[in-house]
Amino acid sequence: MLVLVIEHDEDRADAFFHALSDRTRRDILRRVLAGEHSVTALAASYDMSFAAVQKHVAVLERAGLLTKRRVGREQLASGDVDAVRSVASMLSELEEVWRGRIDRIEELIQEG
Amino acid sequence: MPVTDVTKDLQARALTITAEFAAPVERVWQVYADPRQLERVWGPPSHPATVVDHSLEPGGRVHYCMTGPEGDRYYGGWRVLAVDEPHSFTFEDFFADEGFNPVAELPTSTAEFRFEPAGAGTRATFTTTYETAEALQQVLDMGMEEGATLATNQIDALLAEG
Repeated sequence: MLVLVIEHDEDRADAFFHALSDRTRRDILRRVLAGEHSVTALAASYDMSFAAVQKHVAVLERAGLLTKRRVGREQLASGDVDAVRSVASMLSELEEVWRGRIDRIEELIQEG
Repeated sequence: MPVTDVTKDLQARALTITAEFAAPVERVWQVYADPRQLERVWGPPSHPATVVDHSLEPGGRVHYCMTGPEGDRYYGGWRVLAVDEPHSFTFEDFFADEGFNPVAELPTSTAEFRFEPAGAGTRATFTTTYETAEALQQVLDMGMEEGATLATNQIDALLAEG
């Protein structure tokens, strides 16, 4: 059942779920969806090295969840709203598998 | 909502969903004992299921196929391990090829469906245990917990922005 969803675009789904499987990356994504942040500003928010934060940003970028642009010496990151929407639709489809089955049983047994 | 609880146990690599239905245990059992009823609940509306073979007894097999909106087909099956009618049954749930041979690369799970009287109705407990922690983690990562919450929250935030 779960494979139904990811088979549509398996490589893309792998990249999405890998990117979202880490707490720090989810937190970075929350921030950059709210507005553009410099990688320097992001790095200051976490108890880890600039290089480590930069790596997390790169994973999100490869998954298509985040885009970067360069202004002078700064790299500015922002969240890709459309990509997040498609993750949301895949994820909610998966959760619906479980809830949907139970709703259908409910309907069927109420027919008498 | 009939769903009363969703729990995960990473160490046991299990997902458990509890639901309550307003019908006796025997009625809920019929949903699984009758292939025509089973196919009405198994596949989502976008991918209706057709149950091809159905033998709900120890050593029996249940084979099904789901058809997507573009005619795309997905095959799967159950290898029935134990049956205690009408209280519980356990089976291995596998993804299959067109000949209903299990596909080794896709996660196989073992499921136990248990039905107990609860007042005038039935409490159903659906437990799915994955062979490996990786397989379960893959499923959990795909949206049961934080992923789904994050995505839902993001959508809420986006919609609020207008």
